[in-house]
Amino acid sequence: MENIIRKQLVIIGGGPAGLAAGIAAREAGVEDLVILEREHEAGGILRQCIHNGFGLHRYGEELTGPEYAARDIARAQELGLDIRCDTTVLSVDGDRRVTCVSRAEGLQIFEAGAVILAMGCRERPRGALGTPGTRCAGIYTAGAAQKFVNLEGLMPGRRCVILGSGDIGLIMARRMTLQGAKVLACVELMPYSSGLNRNIVQCLQDYDIPLYLSHTVIDIQGRERLEGVTVAQVDERRRPIPGTEIEFDCDTLLLSVGLIPENELSLRAGVALSPATAGAVVDDALQTSVPGVFACGNVLHVHDLVDFVSDESFRAGRAAAAFLRGEHPQGETVAVLDGEGVRGVVPQRVHPGQDLTLMFRPAGVYKNASVVVEADGVEIARKRALVFTPGEMVALDLPAAKWANVHGDLTVRMEAK
Amino acid sequence: MKERIITCINCPMGCRMTVTLEDGKVTGVTGNTCKRGEKYAMQEVTAPVRMVTAVVPVADRRLPVSVKTREPIPKARIQDCMAALRQLHLSAPIEAGQVVLADVCGTGIDVIATRTVS
Ligand SMILES: Cc1cc2nc3c(=O)[nH]c(=O)nc-3n(C[C@H](O)[C@H](O)[C@H](O)COP(=O)(O)OP(=O)(O)OC[C@H]3O[C@@H](n4cnc5c(N)ncnc54)[C@H](O)[C@@H]3O)c2cc1C
Ligand code: SF4
Repeated sequence: MENIIRKQLVIIGGGPAGLAAGIAAREAGVEDLVILEREHEAGGILRQCIHNGFGLHRYGEELTGPEYAARDIARAQELGLDIRCDTTVLSVDGDRRVTCVSRAEGLQIFEAGAVILAMGCRERPRGALGTPGTRCAGIYTAGAAQKFVNLEGLMPGRRCVILGSGDIGLIMARRMTLQGAKVLACVELMPYSSGLNRNIVQCLQDYDIPLYLSHTVIDIQGRERLEGVTVAQVDERRRPIPGTEIEFDCDTLLLSVGLIPENELSLRAGVALSPATAGAVVDDALQTSVPGVFACGNVLHVHDLVDFVSDESFRAGRAAAAFLRGEHPQGETVAVLDGEGVRGVVPQRVHPGQDLTLMFRPAGVYKNASVVVEADGVEIARKRALVFTPGEMVALDLPAAKWANVHGDLTVRMEAK
Repeated sequence: MKERIITCINCPMGCRMTVTLEDGKVTGVTGNTCKRGEKYAMQEVTAPVRMVTAVVPVADRRLPVSVKTREPIPKARIQDCMAALRQLHLSAPIEAGQVVLADVCGTGIDVIATRTVS
């Protein structure tokens, strides 16, 4: 027996994005809302990020992931938000019907006035890489290993190689070392690491773990369990260079090769996705192409800082509340386009003359450079910095006053000095 | 005279700085773009410190509790700190913020829980 329940607002995902969206919506007057979370606890990926470095922007102090999540959970409880854990959303449709399943309630269908997508992202699995070799045990994504070690107290292995030098891989190099494993190498395909300098110093150099740039794993040995990997240098076209092979005797390979927004549900709801972000195309109210369906956090675009996730999600919660009151921004929109050196600007469509925050990643490293926003070729905003890198998302505030009389599309581009 | 190369971690510039030392005293820092780099380099060569975070098993619980040093501790004491944490026997309930190991390895700094285990 399915039961159908009417709700003003249904939020899918109880990570930092879903929690912030729920808090903001309730503070904006939405009484009848529910947050659906498939895990046993709210908090999302932060539950397993036990290292510190969260919350510097929002709280001016460095919290660990669980501490950051606990603050939002405490606030949600204070407001009496209905958070249903152990509840997996199976589908959303274009009429905002959300179908979910839980052991306690069985199959349930919510008919929602508005829906906020906050499902986060997932890691690229091994299959997406085409790494050769046998399918033996001992190969995990770095995030899965983080979950074993930090949430379950289990060690995935004793001798470890890490492929990919993004922050999660670096953080796991240190974690594995501290918990007693030997990390033999961190191997990065590109000639630079996309991780923070702080993590390169404090997670690799502190423990004398070598970083092999412009290298990749070319072979994997072992039948039942991983026994070793072969690493080789690559040329400018990322092809392995014969004669540069290094053999590592290891029982574990961790993959840290990128994150992708978790948009299976969104696609089935008919939400249009952007090829640049792999997340939804949204307007300035973070509304997707399906009316009344909003998106925020890592499901919209992969963030590096949870502070920005919270900030964006507060806006989504307020926007959903406005939509429910019938106050959604109306009228013509203009496009926001990726100009030179800019990848994946969010939002992609905006109503002119509003306060706006634009976020994107630079396509390369720009030193002593500016971000420029133009409308019809006329500059309306500029932000300078000593350095912009693809590893750090740029957030640019565009106050309403700066573009009150603009009609054409906006273009965001990088300008080197 | 000794030289050490230090990468500044305070911003994405990642300036590579050369620190010159005489008898353990810093005599010069070059390669930094701003003052923050100089300050960091001095600290790094004379008294480097790090936050330590870890997980510790809890008796009769499937899941471990996450902990951190309340302040950064001397970098050279990280392994000692981890060894001390491996000796810990904790039991629930544990409140986030509660001291689980006072004055770890004589550093004067407490290790506290970062998660509540009820
Ligand atoms: C492994 C990892 C390490 C990170 N380390 C750092 C760091 O050191 N510093 C930093 O600032 N940021 C870090 N981040 C980024 C930061 O943690 C994220 O930006 C933030 O957690 C994103 O929040 P979110 O709510 O969008 O997603 P998540 O935290 O992933 O939450 C999404 C939630 O949605 C739930 N969900 C998904 N699908 C469904 C469904 N169908 N039904 C019900 N529930 C569903 C999930 O269970 C999850 O709880 C890290 C991210 C990852 C993945
Ligand atoms: S010295 Fe200044 S500019 Fe250079 S990395 Fe450090 S903080 Fe950044």
